[in-house]
Amino acid sequence: MSNWIEIGLITDIPKLGSRVVNTPEGDIAVFRNAENEVFALRDECPHKKGALSQGIVHGKAVTCPLHNWVIGLDDGEAKGHDKGCAKTHAIRLDGDKVYLNPEPCDNSYS
Amino acid sequence: MKEKLVVIGNGMAGMRTVEELLKVAPEMYDITVFGAEPYGNYNRIMLSPVLAGEKTLEEIMINDRDWYKANNITLYAGPDKKVVNVDRRNKVVIAEDGTEAHYTRLLLATGAHPFLIPVKGHDLKGVVAFRDVADVDAMLDAAQNKQHAVVIGGGVLGLEAANGLKAQGMDVTVVHNIDVLMNRQLDQVAATMLQAELESRGIKFKMNASTTKIKGDAQGHASAISFADGDEIKSDLVVMAVGIRPNIDLAQAIGLHCERGVVVNDTMQSFDPRIYAIGECVQHRGEVFGLVAPIWDQARVCANHLAKFGIANYRSVATTMKLKVTGVDLFSVGDFTGDEHSEELIYQDLKRGVYKKVVLKNDRIIGAVMYGDTMDGSWYFQMMKDGTDISEIRQSMLFGQTYIGDAGHGEANAASNLPDDAEICGCNGVCKGDVVKAITEQNLYTLDEVRAVTKASASCGSCTGLVEQVLIATAGGVYTPSNTEKPLCGCTDSSHDNVRDAIRKQQLKSFHETSEYLEFKNADGCHICRPAINYYLVAAWPGEYEDDMRSRFINERVHANIQKDNTYSVVPRMFGGITTPKDLRAIADVAEKFEVPMVKVTGGQRIDLLGVKKDDLLPMWKDLNDAGMVSGHAYGKSLRTVKTCVGSQFCRFGTQDSTGMGVQIEHMTWGSWTPAKFKIAVSGCPRNCAEATIKDLGVVAVDSGWEIYVAGNGGMKVRVCDFLTKVQTEEDVLEYTGAFMQMYREQGHHNERTAPWIERVGLAYIKDEIVENTEKRQAYHERFLESQKYAQIDPWKQRVEGFDSESFIPLKSL
Repeated sequence: MSNWIEIGLITDIPKLGSRVVNTPEGDIAVFRNAENEVFALRDECPHKKGALSQGIVHGKAVTCPLHNWVIGLDDGEAKGHDKGCAKTHAIRLDGDKVYLNPEPCDNSYS
Repeated sequence: MKEKLVVIGNGMAGMRTVEELLKVAPEMYDITVFGAEPYGNYNRIMLSPVLAGEKTLEEIMINDRDWYKANNITLYAGPDKKVVNVDRRNKVVIAEDGTEAHYTRLLLATGAHPFLIPVKGHDLKGVVAFRDVADVDAMLDAAQNKQHAVVIGGGVLGLEAANGLKAQGMDVTVVHNIDVLMNRQLDQVAATMLQAELESRGIKFKMNASTTKIKGDAQGHASAISFADGDEIKSDLVVMAVGIRPNIDLAQAIGLHCERGVVVNDTMQSFDPRIYAIGECVQHRGEVFGLVAPIWDQARVCANHLAKFGIANYRSVATTMKLKVTGVDLFSVGDFTGDEHSEELIYQDLKRGVYKKVVLKNDRIIGAVMYGDTMDGSWYFQMMKDGTDISEIRQSMLFGQTYIGDAGHGEANAASNLPDDAEICGCNGVCKGDVVKAITEQNLYTLDEVRAVTKASASCGSCTGLVEQVLIATAGGVYTPSNTEKPLCGCTDSSHDNVRDAIRKQQLKSFHETSEYLEFKNADGCHICRPAINYYLVAAWPGEYEDDMRSRFINERVHANIQKDNTYSVVPRMFGGITTPKDLRAIADVAEKFEVPMVKVTGGQRIDLLGVKKDDLLPMWKDLNDAGMVSGHAYGKSLRTVKTCVGSQFCRFGTQDSTGMGVQIEHMTWGSWTPAKFKIAVSGCPRNCAEATIKDLGVVAVDSGWEIYVAGNGGMKVRVCDFLTKVQTEEDVLEYTGAFMQMYREQGHHNERTAPWIERVGLAYIKDEIVENTEKRQAYHERFLESQKYAQIDPWKQRVEGFDSESFIPLKSL
């Protein structure tokens, strides 16, 4: 778990918004919520692969732009009655700097 | 240490409150439940089908004992666990066998007692009520070895009991004190039809009867009933089903203020602030309760206060009612008798067994009774709750909603006749069987729950009525129509109109001011309320409120429609659908340069470049901007397109310059945000080649001027426009267009197209505002033009020049 990569400053990500990190394995969406917490998910809704980075961010969740599934930012789990899980990535803040682990966490399936 | 909640009464009301509480505050309380019946929690309403042999007790259990265990609820159930005292000073509940439980808050849900007429012999063996599992067992037992049953009471419960006993093979007579069955719910005609149907099933009736005595045999068992008119009927089973009385025995014994029921305030709190009460045992603003729908509302309110949110208020509203006798379809709501100021619309076809009566007052529905065909009951109920002005549809409304221009589901028959593999929801491919399975296996009670679990009616919504029918047919009387004005979303109890009023009156200028003022549960809302409130703020404070990009749906954020593979579509504006070789060349160049996979002509007379990658959007827009083109807003809740036909400039039939008119209208209206998408068309003669009469606003040229039509829709529910007015000049057309759009902008709910909006508020009102009243029309139009000053900015240009353009660029590439 020493695979941290600096990806930019927290101010590069709009509040209640998202930016994308390109990787050879596909895009990772990084989010910033109203409390200035950051999260990272594979940019793919477990339902029909909608780009989660393009959704509306609220609380600790993002709503997928394709069919309005609500996905938890911290655990990638679909909320309500929907079933599915987006891959999560470890992400942390050091001051203003954002560090991302491009390897997905083990607790989520691919 | 956690606070302690003790619930007295393990019935539907109490457990529904606990379920609601667990949803919103699962960790707040240690919960203990006392119940006098030795079961988990069952659906009392479904006892009728159990008696009729259509369901078993297991099938009507809502929560078995495992559920209590799984939720860490202590359950004391059984006759010896009946609560006999509450020590309010020390806050302790004491049961018959001495079991004690301390509480910080107490919930009384003791339900009701069946009312037994105190005639001589009412205490004989073989005289039962119809209230709980024990009563049903007694009746089923009697059906095994007795022959003659008399049911006293021709109300809902009595008829259900009679039907059940008949199904069990008994000879059944229903005794009723007047000559109208179910007189609380039905009028004379419907009651007569119902009686004929039940008589054809072999149930006998004795109407206008007054019971004087129940006679017993030597063993102290009922044997016959005698009446005031001297008649006597053999009867070895007597079922008393003449009503219920709130069970306030315990409440009175512990000195809680009671009248007919335990008196509670709007938060379901009794006179002892630590004690809440709910369900059939309460009295709220003078009213007591027997149907399930209001009790569900009470449960939600009560749970909200137990969870200390402190924002919900209970308001009693009209409820609908359904009889659970298989094959009998009836529906009743509100004031179905009316008074000297009301009027009635009646449809009656005795041969087909269909009767519908809708009672109106001031062009609003105040009540309805239906027999035989109840498909549209929920529609009438919805219009009644919404206070919909029905003057425009009164000539056809009795034929049902399918006759009011619903092309999508005109053939859909009563849901109960559909096979399990019939597709109910075409958008999400949900069959009837899926819906039924979800309802029965997961105990769903409301349309919203069914929608969330099955997705049926979750997309376009045109099958909502059908899904509701399946729900009613499956869940029976437990079905809970939403009673209150619909909240905007799950974050708040406020409706769209409440939110808009608050924004205007309280001068709220941001989402956070709005959510704080209205005490939203979630500080930054959700994907439903954020865009809605953003729109309301844009509409209320033009030029002042700064549009919040993060509250806009992706399409409006990137000025392009997101597609299923996360690519986008780019549509340049062509005013009035007119283009030039130069523009077409520029579009062709862009399509080639960016290898656009598909170029398509849209229904609104534009060219759509489909399959564009997000990274290509900015450079494509730049190229199109450089060639003089701007965004076509084909993606927004906004003015989409003004479609035109050729008109007098070339067409040999054209009476006016429809293309010129269309171009002018589009120049005035482009860029405006509206509650939902807004389409306009202009036709050059009554042949109407631009299909203007199914648009949000349609203009049709005639020799002497222009006809203006509004609120049409060619989508999932085809609706032909209403004729608004006829005008003389092009200036008039522009003024009416601006005024109508502004009125819709100011009053339509977010995501509500003009068609449902006009059906909600009524064409007459719109005419009053902008046809009859010149001053108001001009004022609306002025406000429209004022807001356009800030709205007519080409978003492509803005983004190409750098506004928030980093969102199109990856943060980093690894």
